[in-house]
Amino acid sequence: MSTLDQTAARRRAFTPNWPARLFFLAFAIYLVYAASRLGFNLERMSYGLEHGQRFLARMFPPSFARSELIISGIVESLQIAIIASFFGIVLALPVGFLAARNLMPVWITWPMRAFVALCRSFHPIIVAIIFVKAIGFGALAGVMALIVASVGFISKLFAEAIEEISLKQVEAVRATGAGFFAVLVMGVLPQVLPRFIGFSTYQLDSNLRNSTMVGIVGGGGIGATLFTAYQRFDFDVVLAILIVIVGMIMVAEIVSGWARRVFQ
Amino acid sequence: MTVTEALHHDWQRFTLAQKLSRYAFYLASVAALVISLRTIEVIPEFLYDAPTQMADLITRMWPLDWTYLQPTLTALIETLHIATVGTFLAVLMAVPIGLLAARNVTPSAPINLFAKFVFVTSRSVNSLIWALLFVAVFGPGPLAGTMAIAFRSIGFTGKLFAEALEEANMGSIEALTASGASRFSTLLMGYWPQARPAFWSIALFRWDINIRESAVLGLVGAGGIGVALETAMSLLYWDQVAVVLLAIFAVVVLAEIIVTTVRTRLI
Repeated sequence: MSTLDQTAARRRAFTPNWPARLFFLAFAIYLVYAASRLGFNLERMSYGLEHGQRFLARMFPPSFARSELIISGIVESLQIAIIASFFGIVLALPVGFLAARNLMPVWITWPMRAFVALCRSFHPIIVAIIFVKAIGFGALAGVMALIVASVGFISKLFAEAIEEISLKQVEAVRATGAGFFAVLVMGVLPQVLPRFIGFSTYQLDSNLRNSTMVGIVGGGGIGATLFTAYQRFDFDVVLAILIVIVGMIMVAEIVSGWARRVFQ
Repeated sequence: MTVTEALHHDWQRFTLAQKLSRYAFYLASVAALVISLRTIEVIPEFLYDAPTQMADLITRMWPLDWTYLQPTLTALIETLHIATVGTFLAVLMAVPIGLLAARNVTPSAPINLFAKFVFVTSRSVNSLIWALLFVAVFGPGPLAGTMAIAFRSIGFTGKLFAEALEEANMGSIEALTASGASRFSTLLMGYWPQARPAFWSIALFRWDINIRESAVLGLVGAGGIGVALETAMSLLYWDQVAVVLLAIFAVVVLAEIIVTTVRTRLI
């Protein structure tokens, strides 16, 4: 009994975790090495500070002189995001069902999951580059790229949500003699619809953000306007566009938060 | 009202207000979609030769030009550095702002709102656009890319970290405060142990995303494998582009495997 007390007293309240400490030490050494490889040094930093000041000075005040260009760009970005989200959601619905392992046999889920992984693994910009090559410059390439991104994201989470449902309700619906589609619509869908709406509105936000970027590689939207202004060194226009983008995304987040509450 | 009438109650799943807001949502979505579809500018001439263009792309990609593997791998390692250092810097900046954004840690509405505004700004400006800005500041190179990744990630990591802090059980915090612990001790011994698992999984998740994101930064001159991609594409060496794409795919899959393993084993 007394020995037990002694060991308890000797044990420190916060025992050092040596493997973790070693890991952090190794990580710190790596960070220093990587930072030196990336060009983090005083010279670059002071250069950056000087340039940053000039850059900021040229940005202020923001210039809304070319507001009609900004508006048409933003409208095109919105169109790209809305169309891509719609088709992405519509396609993700069946793909998600087919990838859910509790509903489908393995020989369907496996290729579907590989397809979803492929959609997710490339950044929308890279997909946009491929589509710009295939279908030319313009909004359609951006739409197609964002559809691919949406399918990848929504179907993965949707399939995971379906895999977590309670099978009792499915069984109950099946026991009434319902066919396959009736089981899906009455047994599965009601359980996952709120989450599906959640993923979809989240993806709409994400598409909106990405639709401001696909223009840089020729996929249409405000990105093209932004990139042109940047290349012309019209940094005050760049700042104006950034302000409009941030404002648009804030509004979109409020709207999608409202949509999520409606469907809770 | 007779008894039978009272018994004949119409069961409805949603209230009138719920139904109306749902219909309003459907109507708004359909209207937005129809308006977008009718007004978007699509050049149909480009569409006619899309299949030929696609076939052309694939035949030019095959066979792969493996001599390009060496510069690709060098660039790939730079991309990994950018993603890791960028995530580290992002977390470094996101933690203090996250503390300011969490309502229970900082009980001041204006400060919370300010921190949330920082997060929204960081998230709404895309990584490629952040990269453009930092290329203008630091000049082309991986330094600009790292800063772009860092600033772009503040919003995501900070927002989720603040949410994890807000979910902390206040009982242990109260106990610490009652024992006379300073604010710093409360943070370190009260909030941190509760938010730690969330913190690590957020950081890992963001690192995974950042590997994808840092692969494209080179398109605007901010270093990493995107530079190799841009070079091969502007020279129309599609067989080299295919090598780069394959390398990106491999590293993204690898990162995802690492993140899932670490998450199930350690967190």
